[in-house]
Amino acid sequence: MSKYPSEPLKCWNKAKELRNKFYKNFSDAKDKGGIRWMGSAWAFDAVPAGLGEDVWCITGEPYGATCAFNRPVSAKFLEAAENFGFARDLCSYMRNYWGSILTNQYALGGEFPRADFAWSQHICCSHAKWYQNACELEGGNVPLFAVDVGAGACPPFEPEMYEHRVRYVADQLLDGIEWMQKVTGREYNDELFFEAAWNDIRSTNKWANICLLNMAVPAPLDEKSIYSFYVFGTLQKSNPEFADLYDELYDEVKDRVDRGIAAVANEQARVMTDTQPPWGFLKIYRYLESWGAVSIGSLYTFGLEGMWLYDEEKNDLRPRPIPAKRPETREEACMMLADWHLSKPEYQHFYHPDYKTKMMDAIAKNWKCDGIILHYNRGCEGLSMGIAENRLGLLERGNKVMTYEGNMGDEHEFDEQATINRIDIFMESMGLKRPAG
Amino acid sequence: MITAGIDCGAKNTKTIIMKDGEIIGKASVLTGFDQAKAVNKSLEGALKEAGVSRDDIERIGGTGSGKNAIEIADNKVNDIKAMAKAANYFFPNSRTVADVGAEEGRAVKIDEQGNVMDFAINEKCAAGAGAFIEAMARALEVDLEEMGPLSLKSDKEIPMNAQCAIFAESEVVGLIHAKTEKRDISKAIHDAMASRIVSMIRRVGVNKDVVMIGGVGHNPGFVKAMKRELKLENLYVPDAPEYGAAVGAAVVAAKEA
Repeated sequence: MSKYPSEPLKCWNKAKELRNKFYKNFSDAKDKGGIRWMGSAWAFDAVPAGLGEDVWCITGEPYGATCAFNRPVSAKFLEAAENFGFARDLCSYMRNYWGSILTNQYALGGEFPRADFAWSQHICCSHAKWYQNACELEGGNVPLFAVDVGAGACPPFEPEMYEHRVRYVADQLLDGIEWMQKVTGREYNDELFFEAAWNDIRSTNKWANICLLNMAVPAPLDEKSIYSFYVFGTLQKSNPEFADLYDELYDEVKDRVDRGIAAVANEQARVMTDTQPPWGFLKIYRYLESWGAVSIGSLYTFGLEGMWLYDEEKNDLRPRPIPAKRPETREEACMMLADWHLSKPEYQHFYHPDYKTKMMDAIAKNWKCDGIILHYNRGCEGLSMGIAENRLGLLERGNKVMTYEGNMGDEHEFDEQATINRIDIFMESMGLKRPAG
Repeated sequence: MITAGIDCGAKNTKTIIMKDGEIIGKASVLTGFDQAKAVNKSLEGALKEAGVSRDDIERIGGTGSGKNAIEIADNKVNDIKAMAKAANYFFPNSRTVADVGAEEGRAVKIDEQGNVMDFAINEKCAAGAGAFIEAMARALEVDLEEMGPLSLKSDKEIPMNAQCAIFAESEVVGLIHAKTEKRDISKAIHDAMASRIVSMIRRVGVNKDVVMIGGVGHNPGFVKAMKRELKLENLYVPDAPEYGAAVGAAVVAAKEA
């Protein structure tokens, strides 16, 4: 008999429809006389919104994950990228993306839709080269603008000269607006920009609040489901429909908490993970559930797009409150967005692994985790940076930690059976009984 | 109470028979393709050596990569738990255990009861496992049993950088072509492998006393290389290290009776 009641999420189908619509909008943009842009999931996507209501985007990381989920398609894309001469140890999302351009195959069906311009950001070495090469592969005449966000960690980690660092990023956004007008020949609409900036802040704040609800026992969400929803922040966080979906999801998850609805009906233990999973093998999360373990999320799913503040004294993470008022000038909107996004939890570890260890430990303690599973993800140099040090730091803070090797987007580097074996060992060491069968 | 512990490993299947905590019989056979057959054969051999019958066995514990083939087991434990319990059985003061088997190297941090505190397993690479020494012995055209004693005759330090058995073989071939003495190459191979295993042990922490189980514990060259790399005077190796996991399975079987 199940320990807790469980039921599927009601807004699941709506989420599916919105995701499909997003990718279709990008491929059909030209039929509507619209504009397409490509860029990182961390790009300031509210900024191109000022070009008009017929501007559609594709963001590389979730697209790479979509490719990886379909293993035969991914194998084809990876092979094409390798045949072109790209090394196998590069970011696997990036290789899937390039392979998709090279084979002229859109993972959602049809030919790969070419972008009119690239609008991205630089935080890791892969982002810096991703769209430079993509622009060349798409014909060589696609203009690229990348915002350097490598401005240092936010308070409380590195409070020195923080205002200047925000200004540094905001000034680039202002330059970017001028550049966009030049390359598209369009007039910029500040009202649309303000609206999009507010939606960005609204959705990334609400996502953090949704994740906060997962402190409840039993957890209302499991991480495999979380993946299906966190993705909207990576697709286009300034999208009003996505911000509205998060409002709806929040209400539903809150209701689940109030009624004691569990994501995993036999929840006996709680774990958290880290970085992107091996997308072609999400069944390992279901395997965890067969042991009665629910993965409540991770700093990655909580803070890749969700906005939080770390409280060093309390060793706690809490959603960053939204600003008191909407932006009213272009400069105000750029400053607000720069400040908001520089505090992104997943940016901080680029400056010191200890910052990430602290935030992960805060999740482990406050979300009542019995163990932590770290993915030595060979497919992402940026987010894998410092994981071995995070492991040591988490062990020192009294957490039980397991590691496994894999790759988020290249199935060649994931050993399913060895990982299952490790999970068995870890679950047993956490005192759980082996599932029957 | 008489219990049996069966370790169905990647290369060999080992069984030990234990009576009231004392080992009274053991046997090892090649696992081959038919794991169930190997399990029965090794059990028969161990029963014969112990001088007891199948009916005398009260409980059977199974472990190893082929543990699912041990249908006669009353309980099955994972390799890590089995090696932790074995180390605690042989050397109760042990807090760190290394297991170097044919296909995998592992390191475990344990508490005073032999419970697992942390563990590390070598990733998709044979350079930290017994199969690595076997492959290198073939490249050197030396019997596997001679590899360890041969390495003890060398005092040279030749670095081998490859982290992969395939690339390491290329390095060995390069050394052969450079007319390097076999004993020096053998020592370089053992040093490289010890370096890999010790880096894994360091991941869980080098806590006194360090115990080594697994078939490679028979290799004096490797044991010496491990001591050198760990900077330890003593590395505790039981008499029949390849039976370590089987002993652990028998200990767990007795406890869970």
